[in-house]
Amino acid sequence: MTHESARPLLEVKNLTRLFGGLKALEDVSFSVPRGAICGLIGPNGAGKTTLINLISGLGPLSEGAVFLDGQLISGLPPHKIAARGIGRTFQNIRLFGDLSVLENVILGHHLRQCGTVIDTLLHLPRSRSGERDSRQAALALLGRLDMEHLADVRANALSYGDQRRVEIARALALEPSLLLLDEPAAGMNSTGLVSLCEFLLSLKDGSLTILIIEHDMDLIMRMSDLVIVLNFGMKIAEGTPDFVRNEPHVIEAYLGKEQ
Amino acid sequence: MFEFLSNNISTINFVLINISLGLSIYITLATGLLSLANAGFMAIGAYTVAIIQTQTHIPFSFGFVMAIALGVTLALPIGIVALGLRDIYLAIATLGFGEIVRIIALNGDKVVRLFSTNKDVIVFNGAEGITLAYKTPTIIFGLPDTTWPILIYCLVAIYILATLHNSRYGRILASIRQDETAASTLGINVARYKLFAFVLGSAIAAGAGALGAPIVRVVDPHNYVFSRGVDILAYAVLGGMTHWVGPILGATVLTSLPEALRFLKDQRDIVNGLIIMLSIIYLPAGLADPRVWTIPRKLFALLGSMRSSARNDSKGL
Repeated sequence: MTHESARPLLEVKNLTRLFGGLKALEDVSFSVPRGAICGLIGPNGAGKTTLINLISGLGPLSEGAVFLDGQLISGLPPHKIAARGIGRTFQNIRLFGDLSVLENVILGHHLRQCGTVIDTLLHLPRSRSGERDSRQAALALLGRLDMEHLADVRANALSYGDQRRVEIARALALEPSLLLLDEPAAGMNSTGLVSLCEFLLSLKDGSLTILIIEHDMDLIMRMSDLVIVLNFGMKIAEGTPDFVRNEPHVIEAYLGKEQ
Repeated sequence: MFEFLSNNISTINFVLINISLGLSIYITLATGLLSLANAGFMAIGAYTVAIIQTQTHIPFSFGFVMAIALGVTLALPIGIVALGLRDIYLAIATLGFGEIVRIIALNGDKVVRLFSTNKDVIVFNGAEGITLAYKTPTIIFGLPDTTWPILIYCLVAIYILATLHNSRYGRILASIRQDETAASTLGINVARYKLFAFVLGSAIAAGAGALGAPIVRVVDPHNYVFSRGVDILAYAVLGGMTHWVGPILGATVLTSLPEALRFLKDQRDIVNGLIIMLSIIYLPAGLADPRVWTIPRKLFALLGSMRSSARNDSKGL
């Protein structure tokens, strides 16, 4: 079992992504141990979102490979990668705006629902119990985020910060082993930020591993066990928050070189 | 009641068939697919029963099952190829399919003759089409025996789509319509559900075409041209594309309207077109939009307030 836990959950090896002549990512390698919260930071255009997109299967990678729990996942279509246990949120919130908050979260739970079209058409117990279980799981998740009262509200009627939290709930409904968060705190006020922080740290108790892109340095430094810094598509630093904070390359990337 | 039924039985038949066709395009539209193949699948259904009826002694019910089976068999490969396309490109590809069906129906006999020993065999009968023998319908429970199957078929189609709409499948299809990338990251196999919607819609259209054949009696290629496909689309556009009630309302209004507007004679199509245009501008979500249903109430409230203010005015004088 020691071997099991020693193996990193996520391994990214020599990942390169070209957009025509532009190298959005160049030879990026890192690994995230199981149960860790890993911050992914870097200036705008550093390739952070591209990296998350490649891990979740949106868009082809030019070179390299991604392993989840030792198994190759790069090259699989996004729905298969999701089924392997990767949930994600988007930088520009992508909820299903016409559906209710509850329906959005239940959709995240869809992989756990069994039963065929025939079961549904004949109202067989299998489809009904599956639906009931998903509903309960979704409501429980919303409860953990203090959003139960918003369950029947249409998703695009919510405030920006609430929409972000629903998106996190939807991703968590997949019961993923790896959660990819793309700027979850963007547009949140300070109270929202604190409760989000507490919520994400509470997830750490379980077996969840989180890779989080965030511009809020306070949040990253407080939450992360490990920080990876990208700049112009290349990894320029990796380590504990304290190490990264004082790393000359990082300071240079963010503040420029001292003359 | 019975008099109304018997006087308008052909309109009622067409309303029921068009509701089924409207539902067949609704299921693809609800998934975010603009597929215009429905008229083509309708033709496949109609020709299947017409040919079986004229060439063999196999009963109609078997022809109907064959029509749906053929619809599904053709929809699967077409869907697998065409559903990789998006938006307007899918519309163009599926329109092309409709044209292919029409041209095959027009020239089918040439192909049949290649494989037949009888070089004058007539199966499809080109542009004239297949004329089915007239049978005086018998009345069962107040409705002709040709209407009952259409009515039952229509109700079954409504049941299937309404049940799917309220189940996880309805939710999944709606999520694909709204954002298929986000849907795929939730583990939803987008391609598979799109194919499911396309095949289901095609099967419903083929069945409606099959049941419509004994009603129209003349199955010719002209019945299933591009404009028929647009008519079907109009049912869903007028009625609304996000709820199964939409195509039912749309098909009912647009099928009975030309009959009600018959006194306009040649100008009928213009008024028809005008109604569709106005509905797109003023009812973008269709007649099934809940907001539309508050309009009469608001009107009454407005009239009521006008009347009471008028009364107050007269009191003041």
